[in-house]
Amino acid sequence: MRPSAVRLLNILVPIKRAVDYAVKIRVNPEQTGIDLNVKHSMNPFDEIAVEEAVRIRERLKDAVKSIKVVTIGPPKSAETLRTALAMGADSAVHVEIPDSAPSPEPLGVAKTLKALIERQKEGVDIVILGKQAIDDDAGQTGQMLAGLMGWSQATFASKVEVNPEQKVANITREIDGGLEELRCKLPVIITTDLRQVQLLNEPRYASLPNIMKAKKKPVEKLTAAELGVDITPRLETIKVTEPPKRVGGGKVANVDELLAKLKEAGFTGKRA
Amino acid sequence: PHALVFLEHRQGDLDSASLSALTAASQLGGQVTGLVVGSPEEVPSVVEKARRLNGLNTLLHCASPQYSTPLPETVSPLLEKLLSQNSPFTHVVSAHSSSAKSILPRVAAKLDVPAVSDITSLEHDAASGSTTFTRLIYAGNAISTVRASSSIPIKFFTVRSTAFAAAGAGDAAESEVNALDSVEVSDVPTEHISTSLTKSDRPDLGVASRVVSGGRALKNAETFQSTLYPLADALGAAVGASRAAVDAGYADNSLQVGQTGKVVAPELYMALGISGAIQHLAGMKDSKLIVAVNKVSASLQHCQTPVIRLQDPDAPIFQVADVGLVADLFEVVPELVEKLKQ
Repeated sequence: MRPSAVRLLNILVPIKRAVDYAVKIRVNPEQTGIDLNVKHSMNPFDEIAVEEAVRIRERLKDAVKSIKVVTIGPPKSAETLRTALAMGADSAVHVEIPDSAPSPEPLGVAKTLKALIERQKEGVDIVILGKQAIDDDAGQTGQMLAGLMGWSQATFASKVEVNPEQKVANITREIDGGLEELRCKLPVIITTDLRQVQLLNEPRYASLPNIMKAKKKPVEKLTAAELGVDITPRLETIKVTEPPKRVGGGKVANVDELLAKLKEAGFTGKRA
Repeated sequence: PHALVFLEHRQGDLDSASLSALTAASQLGGQVTGLVVGSPEEVPSVVEKARRLNGLNTLLHCASPQYSTPLPETVSPLLEKLLSQNSPFTHVVSAHSSSAKSILPRVAAKLDVPAVSDITSLEHDAASGSTTFTRLIYAGNAISTVRASSSIPIKFFTVRSTAFAAAGAGDAAESEVNALDSVEVSDVPTEHISTSLTKSDRPDLGVASRVVSGGRALKNAETFQSTLYPLADALGAAVGASRAAVDAGYADNSLQVGQTGKVVAPELYMALGISGAIQHLAGMKDSKLIVAVNKVSASLQHCQTPVIRLQDPDAPIFQVADVGLVADLFEVVPELVEKLKQ
């Protein structure tokens, strides 16, 4: 008898809508946050995650059964889901929160993702998401989800090789001062590093036909309450302020003046 | 308050970022316990150094072959055990290092508490049991002040090392040392295959007190090295690079300073041939003294609107630089090296 067929892989990609990285942000006069009436786009680290999920399927072909993207955010986050669908994801889940609601914390997001994973009839084998969002810069969601699920985790990944037969992933991750290679049993949580862009993953632009196709792909709408999850922030934001302005603009005319300035500040050549 | 500080070490030495985390923990104003986890070969010598650290009341250590490369999957159960059974700890503190920031959130989630990343200051109010932190958001373009109230029984936070001085050693009584039993994890789902560290005789970019950084104006990988390295060596500085230089292949990924690379705040930051994109400034603007050398034309060659820029001779880097020199870096740097050596 032939061995039973390999169970096909299901990939989940959590993404976040964030203020576009090129926007110069402004703290609002009330000091409660920043002016959000600016261009938003997919968190760049999550864009890498979507791209990597699509490439995993391009490499493994039919061994990848589904790529589902999920976002937790206000109504406008639907646009971000469509972008991911146009990049190649099959379906999407939008856990909608009102515009007026505060942004959930990583723990609330991780709990929501856990509840979603548990609803997937065929299970989830790989969760791949950005290492951090460029708005709150927390960088915790992947690790928290891995803890809640008790799964293998590989943070700050720059290279992912999935072996669907053995149900393992070999992952190269960026660590302080170098690289580390891990072998993770599936299911696994992977968080992606942006520096991966130079190694393999320039995110693709969605073509017009793919954008049209994406409009027909299914998007399921849910609320945190329907998932039985409380996403009320536990930390209290007291205020958001501008960083102190740096007063620069000092100029010197030549190397000798530059050296004098260095000496004045206590910097001389290295004592051998 | 009673803080548990996760003390990381490499090749028998404590990481300086962990020593900054210890300073932050001391500022809570209560008891401070350190935790050293590692292989049976490493732990004894690290403990000998750690027990003399100022600000540490107690030192816990735990050795096991499974901790020789500290995976979150193996270290988390130890922390969970330590923090659950009638735990005295009110805070869990670590550096914002690649290892600790992989472990701490995992443990926090298991204990159903939030975590605060990469804090730059803190204040604990013993009466109310609440701790207020500041941290940078939007890549340092705004400062958020957040409060963890007493409803959060254990407050997890990682510490930006450049915001706290490293704790010293030997000025206080040695701390009480206790060994912990390891929590052996069977069937670990993750296996460590290899670690490859970038070898360099220069200081590590993340912790160096002096950094010499190069941008796209360095032309190519060869001139990047032949121009920058002698200056870095003359100053005893680490080498950094702008994203443009990394993208162009002049320098390794690990040298990138900026929003998507390393955030540094050395005593001296020298930006050479860097025009100063927002992403780069976010990674270095907290440096104490910023020196910029840039030729005007260098900032023009990759400017999308050169006509407008022509009327503004300053590259953005000069707006944050304390000392700016508009000149050809290929003439300036060799002269600098020569005169620094004298």
